[in-house]
Amino acid sequence: MNSSETIGRIPNRSKKRNQIKRTFGLLAPGVLLLLVFFITPMVLTVIFSFTNLSLTGDAAANLKFVGFQNFVTMFKDPELANSIWKTIIFVVFSAVIGQCFFGFLIALLMRGKNKTFRRVVGLIIIAAWVTPEVVVSFCWVAFLSDGGTLNKILVSLLNIKPIAWLYSFPMISVVIANIWRGTAFSMMVFQTALDDIPAEIEEAAVIDGASRWQITTRITIPMVRGTIATNIMLVTLQTLGVFTLIYTMTGGGPGNATSTLPVFMYKQAFVSYQLGYGTAISLVLLVIGAVASLLYMKVLKVKV
Amino acid sequence: MRQKNSIKIAQYIVLGIIAVLFLVPLLWMLFSSVDPHAIQSIQMPSRLTLDNFKAVISDKSILRSFGIGLLMSGFQAIFVVLICVLAAYPLSRYRLPFKRPFMLTILFLTSLPMTAVIVPVYQMFLYLKFQNSLIATTIFLISTSLPYGIWMMKNFMDSVPIDLEESAWMDGATVGQGIRKVVTPLMLPGIFTVGIFTFTGSWGNFFVPFILISSPEKLPASVTIFQFFGNNGLVNYGHLAAFSVLYTLPVVVLYAFSQAYMSKGFSFGGALK
Repeated sequence: MNSSETIGRIPNRSKKRNQIKRTFGLLAPGVLLLLVFFITPMVLTVIFSFTNLSLTGDAAANLKFVGFQNFVTMFKDPELANSIWKTIIFVVFSAVIGQCFFGFLIALLMRGKNKTFRRVVGLIIIAAWVTPEVVVSFCWVAFLSDGGTLNKILVSLLNIKPIAWLYSFPMISVVIANIWRGTAFSMMVFQTALDDIPAEIEEAAVIDGASRWQITTRITIPMVRGTIATNIMLVTLQTLGVFTLIYTMTGGGPGNATSTLPVFMYKQAFVSYQLGYGTAISLVLLVIGAVASLLYMKVLKVKV
Repeated sequence: MRQKNSIKIAQYIVLGIIAVLFLVPLLWMLFSSVDPHAIQSIQMPSRLTLDNFKAVISDKSILRSFGIGLLMSGFQAIFVVLICVLAAYPLSRYRLPFKRPFMLTILFLTSLPMTAVIVPVYQMFLYLKFQNSLIATTIFLISTSLPYGIWMMKNFMDSVPIDLEESAWMDGATVGQGIRKVVTPLMLPGIFTVGIFTFTGSWGNFFVPFILISSPEKLPASVTIFQFFGNNGLVNYGHLAAFSVLYTLPVVVLYAFSQAYMSKGFSFGGALK
C-alpha cells in the first residue's frame, strides 16, 4: 500500500514539475512584455504624477517629489473641470446615446427585412467602422467644411449661409463623427443578441394579440437587457480613450471646446511639456477607466 | 394588414435614409479619388482618372510610410500571435493555481484606455534612448495587444479537444510538436482572427507612432496622412482622397477575409466561456 503509493507518485510529481516548468517557459515572453511595457508604465503613472517631471527647464534635470501639488493644481485648474465635462458630454452623447441607441434601433429595424437589403445596409454601416480613424476624420472634416457636402445641401435647400460646423458646433461635429464611426459595433452586438431570441416567444405574443410596440418593449428589450448593459460599458470604455478622432478633427479646439481628457493630457504633456502634470491627468483617466472596467467585469460575471 | 404593410415600408425608408447618411462621407472620398477636379463636397466626377493614384504612388515619402506601416503592423501581428499561442497553452491545458486571478487581470487590462499610459511610456523611451525607434515602438505596440490576444487565444484553444493531443502524445509526440501539429492547425480561425484584428488595429493606430516617433521619414502611413491634410492651405483633395483609399484598402480586404471568423467573436457568451 505504502510502496505502491510512492511508486505512483514519483512519475506524477515529475510530470507536475515538468508542467510547472513549461508553464513558466511558455508564459514568460508574454508576461515579461506586459510587465515592462504595460504594468511598469501604469506604476510609473502613479509615481510620476507626484513629481515635477518636465521636458524642459530645471525640472527636466532633477526630478523632485512634489507631493500632491499636481493634483492641487489640477483640481484648481478650470481647464480640468472643463475637460472632464467635455469627456462626459462626448461619452454620453456619442457612445451611450449615439452608438448604443442607433445600433440597437438599426438592429431592431433590420429584423425580418429582405436579406439582400439587410446585407447592403449592414455593409455600408460596417464600412464606416472598418475605415481607419484618421480617414474618418478626413472625410468628416471635408463633409462639414464651408464648401463641404452638408453645407451644399443646406444652402440649396434652406437658402442660408454656409455654417462653419467645426468652429461653431465643434462638439456636435465630433460627436456625430464618432457615432458614424462606432455604431456598427453596437449594431453587430445587438444583431447577434436579437437573433438568439427564440422566434416562438414573439410568435406566441402575436397570437395573444400583442401589438408590435408591446412586443418590442415588453419582450424583446427585456430579453436583451444583459447585452445592452454590457454593450454600454464596452462602448463607454472605448470612447473614454478616444484621442485621434478629436485631435485630428479639431485639435481639441476651438479654444478648449472639444478638449476631452485624452486631448487635455496630450496638450499638457507634449505641448506645454509638463509631463508631471500630464501624468496626473492620465492617472485620472486611468482611474476612471479602471473603475469602469471593474464594473464591466462585475456586470458580465465573467467565468474564467 | 394595410397598416402593417405601411409600417414595414416606413421601416425600409428609415433604414434606407440611415444607409445613405452613412454612405455619403465615404462616397465623397471614393468619387474624389478618381476625380481630376475634386472639391470638398461630393460631386459626380466629370471624367474618371487614375492620376490621383499615380501621383500618390509616385511619391517616395508616401510609399515609404506605407512600407513602414506594413512592417510595423505585420511584425506586430506575427509576434502577438506567436506569444499568445504560447501563453494560451498552459492557461488552457493545465490546472494552475493562479489561473483565475491571471485571466481576470488580463481581462481588466484589455479594457483600460491605452491613452492613459503614453506619458510614462514616452518618459521610459526617453530614459532608455528608445525615442524615435521603430523597433521599440513596435515592441510597445505588441505589448499593448497582448491582453486582448491572450484572452481570445485561450478561449479559442479551449475549444480544441485535448483528446486529439493526447493521442499524438501516445504516438510519441512531444508537447511542442503537439502544439505545432495538432493544436495550431485546429485553431487557425482563432489565429487569423487575432492576427487580423491586431494588424488592422495597428495599421490604423495614429496615436502611438505620433507620440513616440519624431522623424518624419520614420512615420507610418497613419501619421503621414494626417500631416498631409494637417498642412492645410493648399490641399489637393483628389490626392488626399486617393491616399486615403489606398490606406483604407488593406483593412477592407482583411475585414472581408476575416468575416467568417469575426462574426463568432461578437457574441459575448461564446467568447467568455
